[in-house]
Amino acid sequence: MSDSVQSRILGFIKTRHPQADISESEDIFSLGFINSLFAMELVMFIEKTFAITIPNDELKIDNFRTANSMAALIDRQLAVSVG
Amino acid sequence: MTSLLSEAPVTRRPLDRAAVRDFVDEHIVPYADAWDRDGYIPEDLLVAMGEAGLWAPFLAPEYGGAGLDMVTLGEVHEEVGRGCSSVRSLLTVHTMASWAVQRWGTPEQRERWLPELASGRLLGAFCLSEPGAGSDATGITTTAAEHRGGYLLNGTKKWTTNGQRADLYLVFARTATSIGAFLVPRRTPGVTVRPIHDMLGTRSSMLAEITFSDVELGPDALLGPSGFTSGMVLTGVLDLGRYSVATGSVGIVQACLEVSADYAARRKVGGQYLKDLPLIQAKLSDMVTDVRAARLLVREAGRLKDAGDASTIMATWVAKYFASVAATRHAAEAVQILGANGCSPDYPVARFYRDAKIMEIIEGSSEIQRLTIAGEAYRECAR
Repeated sequence: MSDSVQSRILGFIKTRHPQADISESEDIFSLGFINSLFAMELVMFIEKTFAITIPNDELKIDNFRTANSMAALIDRQLAVSVG
Repeated sequence: MTSLLSEAPVTRRPLDRAAVRDFVDEHIVPYADAWDRDGYIPEDLLVAMGEAGLWAPFLAPEYGGAGLDMVTLGEVHEEVGRGCSSVRSLLTVHTMASWAVQRWGTPEQRERWLPELASGRLLGAFCLSEPGAGSDATGITTTAAEHRGGYLLNGTKKWTTNGQRADLYLVFARTATSIGAFLVPRRTPGVTVRPIHDMLGTRSSMLAEITFSDVELGPDALLGPSGFTSGMVLTGVLDLGRYSVATGSVGIVQACLEVSADYAARRKVGGQYLKDLPLIQAKLSDMVTDVRAARLLVREAGRLKDAGDASTIMATWVAKYFASVAATRHAAEAVQILGANGCSPDYPVARFYRDAKIMEIIEGSSEIQRLTIAGEAYRECAR
């Protein structure tokens, strides 16, 4: 599942920033286009796509640094909602 | 003092466009010009709006809201905006503050604030702009420094809609790491409110300049995450504000259309009714076309919000830009159609004309919107 999660996240980033060419483990903040508008869009995309609500205490920079870290965040929230 | 003259009891109906249209026609339209001249909205209207469930119907039922969807909320705000942009402005900032608490608040913050905000017993306002910073939020200088386990707030906010009357301010301030959102009751020691009068438009929206001098806040004043995502609170709140302003702009165009069409059907020039003159027909046809187009753009933005789709943010930019520019254009045309009458206090179009200009400035000026929309064009074309 994680593979498809990461590719969907990278696909979303690509729709917003077509010039972005990053891997699953690459730091998206190093690309220099992260602002509050994109952060909002990214959170909305994740919440809608994976049917989760990200609590405030999970809205930390390290959870959004790479596609891998976002996939881990999604896995945790899915586990919470199932549990 | 202009009071709410209607003695009719407010009956609570399920909120939809028709119910709100009836409310607006009875309780707002007949008095809006007088409120504009007086420079404030009377308290009995604020109470009546609460009784009708207008203040924050999108809040969850567990907090006293009706769980209203964003498309219908847009229709509610459009109808109020058709009657009076000042009243709609109060609704806008209350919506922004209430939504922020529901979206970003802790369970304790929701329990504390939302029931009162849902009923309108507490009114919210949005404090971002400062004497030296408007659309450029990064320029704000108000600070919230960590202090005794909470925060110490210092700075001045300006052009705060309903700042004179609101009970709870949603204040954006610079923290050590980012820009944070803080819930500040108006009666907190160190808060000073100075009314602002005689603005060009939305003259009864009870604007204020608010100074925060060593205002001590507890840790529970901070709303939402801290750190890099804190800017999302501001982004989300402004997005909703823009949506409401867009709906209100549609309401202005609709109001211009209704007044202009009625006038043109009754007024004769050189033995002919205005409505039969091709140049007047052209103006009315453009009003009809633009109000429908603007309404569809707003509706699409609302649909995307209801779907939780991230593209709603750009859709809302587009809707607000189109609708506010249309409002300015058609309010000017409405004044033109009514001639000297349009410049007089006997008709509401002079108020529409002044109010419409405000829509091109608040919640992101047309210039900022065009920059943002152009950026989207680049993204789309580069795909």
